[in-house]
Amino acid sequence: MTVFLQYLVNGLSMGSVYAIIALGYTMVYGIAKMLNFAHGDVIMIGAYISFVVTSYMGLPAIVSVIAAVAVCTALGILIEGLAYKPLRQAGPLAVLITAIGVSYFLQNAAQLIWGATPKNFTSIVSFPVPAFLKAYNVSAVSLVTVIACLLIMAGLMWFTGKTKMGKAMRAVSEDKAAAQLMGINVNRTISMTFAIGSALAAIAGVLLCSYSPVLQPTTGSMPGIKAFTAAVFGGIGSIPGAFVGGILLGIIEAMAQAYISTSLANSIVFGVLIVVLLVKPAGLFGKYVPEKV
Amino acid sequence: MSCLTGKSFNPVMNRRSVIAGVAGLGAVGILAGCSGNESEGGSTAAADDGSAFKIGAIGPLTGSAASYGTSVCNGVELACKDFSTDDLKFVSKSEDDVADGEKSVNAFNSLADWGMQALVGPTTTGASLAVAEVANQDPQMFMITPSASSPDVTADKTCVFQACFNDPNQGANAATKLAEMFPDEKFVVFYNSGDTYSSGIRDAFVAKAEELKLNIVDEETFKDDSATSFTNQLTKAKDAGATMIFAPIYYTPASVLLANANEMGYDVKMMGCDGMDGILGVEGFDTSLAEGLYLMTPFSADEEKNADFVAAYKDAYDEVPDQFAADAYDAVHAVSLALAEAGLGADADPADVAAKLPEAMTKITVEGLTGTLTWNDKGEVEKDPMVYVIKDGKYVAA
Repeated sequence: MTVFLQYLVNGLSMGSVYAIIALGYTMVYGIAKMLNFAHGDVIMIGAYISFVVTSYMGLPAIVSVIAAVAVCTALGILIEGLAYKPLRQAGPLAVLITAIGVSYFLQNAAQLIWGATPKNFTSIVSFPVPAFLKAYNVSAVSLVTVIACLLIMAGLMWFTGKTKMGKAMRAVSEDKAAAQLMGINVNRTISMTFAIGSALAAIAGVLLCSYSPVLQPTTGSMPGIKAFTAAVFGGIGSIPGAFVGGILLGIIEAMAQAYISTSLANSIVFGVLIVVLLVKPAGLFGKYVPEKV
Repeated sequence: MSCLTGKSFNPVMNRRSVIAGVAGLGAVGILAGCSGNESEGGSTAAADDGSAFKIGAIGPLTGSAASYGTSVCNGVELACKDFSTDDLKFVSKSEDDVADGEKSVNAFNSLADWGMQALVGPTTTGASLAVAEVANQDPQMFMITPSASSPDVTADKTCVFQACFNDPNQGANAATKLAEMFPDEKFVVFYNSGDTYSSGIRDAFVAKAEELKLNIVDEETFKDDSATSFTNQLTKAKDAGATMIFAPIYYTPASVLLANANEMGYDVKMMGCDGMDGILGVEGFDTSLAEGLYLMTPFSADEEKNADFVAAYKDAYDEVPDQFAADAYDAVHAVSLALAEAGLGADADPADVAAKLPEAMTKITVEGLTGTLTWNDKGEVEKDPMVYVIKDGKYVAA
């Protein structure tokens, strides 16, 4: 039983990291209706900023998180303005390819600036965990990650549900043209979405690297793809869906590694995804919207 | 290095290709002293007039694997100076192959035109496989690779030798060493199932461990795309009661493994192979995590007996030599002894060298930087594996 709980904790911690990344994906998709494949690389940039601030400048961890959030927010707005805004009227395929281009651009830029050699990220959270929790593999990072994940989800639900900007976002997501006619500044709303998504990416980057300390220009790629899977799994565009999808993905992965095979874990994770999509094409929490002709 | 294609994104990679990929850009700045230049061993009189034996060196001097090629070429150059005597002088010339098979064959041809009598290289596995085929064709050229570790490089080729352990030998040696040093531990084998270097060592290790009755309680794997966290694998290993990890993996995933074990409070011994070499150099790595880590690697720059070589190398190239430089240095050492054994001089015909040296190689014993080296008739090296343990951030013989 103890061992089972240990796997569950491992799965929950990794799953919360996926969930935070997936929340960023799902925000942008839900509102701007585009897949921002550069999201994983913004995560990597956030982690590098945090690394630079703590290791090179010697500033405390909290400052590094704030710096990472600030830089990534600015970067998100910049990317949106330069790469995606000019394509607002273009087809979804053009935007998708641009996003992949941005992703490669960020990876190569990071390689030029910081080099390809992996750096070791020192965990930004370290406090003693009570022994009875430690026995179940609960670490300081996993506690912080799970709590951060819950707070972020609650925050996003409140923001999109209750604030004026959030209402504008939901309006844009339903119908851009109609929202514009109602006096909503669509461009500003989408920029705001990217700013929030990228700020989340910065937090995800710091937590991801605290959990798994190797930092290199490709750090964000695989977790990015897994989190994207989680978002689709939960129903892309849905905030609770991304959360549940991420957590479930982490737990399925942990259980597959534990009780079936470590080499087959990825095949099992993606196999489950295929089954879910066959049964529920819109994902667990997704709404199936029929196309009106 | 990414096998036959030379493309850095090839998922099937051989030994050193991963560290090559990640060591990347940092290496570009240190190319001085080894960029396709001819350098003379010993005296300036020994140039192109046939009075010196010509050794060619091939390795990536540019691109993502540049640090390895640079080390090999520097090692060859330094060795040519050191092993030149009044009777037999050596000169070397280095060519860049960017770790690519096709470019490596071109480099080989241009060195042959220069008058090369023996080749020390290529550095990477993919390039070595391509060049070994050509070197073994008529007219043959004697070749000894300092660092390509696949057994396929030397297989069925009469004039091709290796100065480093091949992957299966390394696995078998690791099992022998562990049986000597830790007969009572319970082992878990942790390897990258998607990597030929890692799984090659694992296969030989497990076979030998069975023979030696090592107690392997668990095996865990990962792949490059799931190398973010190993807590599940570690939980399983801990549950199985493992007290020591044998991890034939590169240092990048190893640093994750160490951090995860520490985070979990899993107090476990660990041993790695030569791919683990470099872990202390990772920027930002908390070296206290690696305290007590065992690794089997051919060369340590911290060791007393290598001090002269390390000093001379630092003097010439402003760098601490790594295992690649040491392997290359030993390869030239072997060539010089084998030439004397075969009674060949500076004016020997390359085909003659290729015909006579292989037999001489099996008779010599090199007291080298990487141990005491002898060769079998398949071209594989036999040397005592050296195990180091990390103490206070340094390699100490274990």
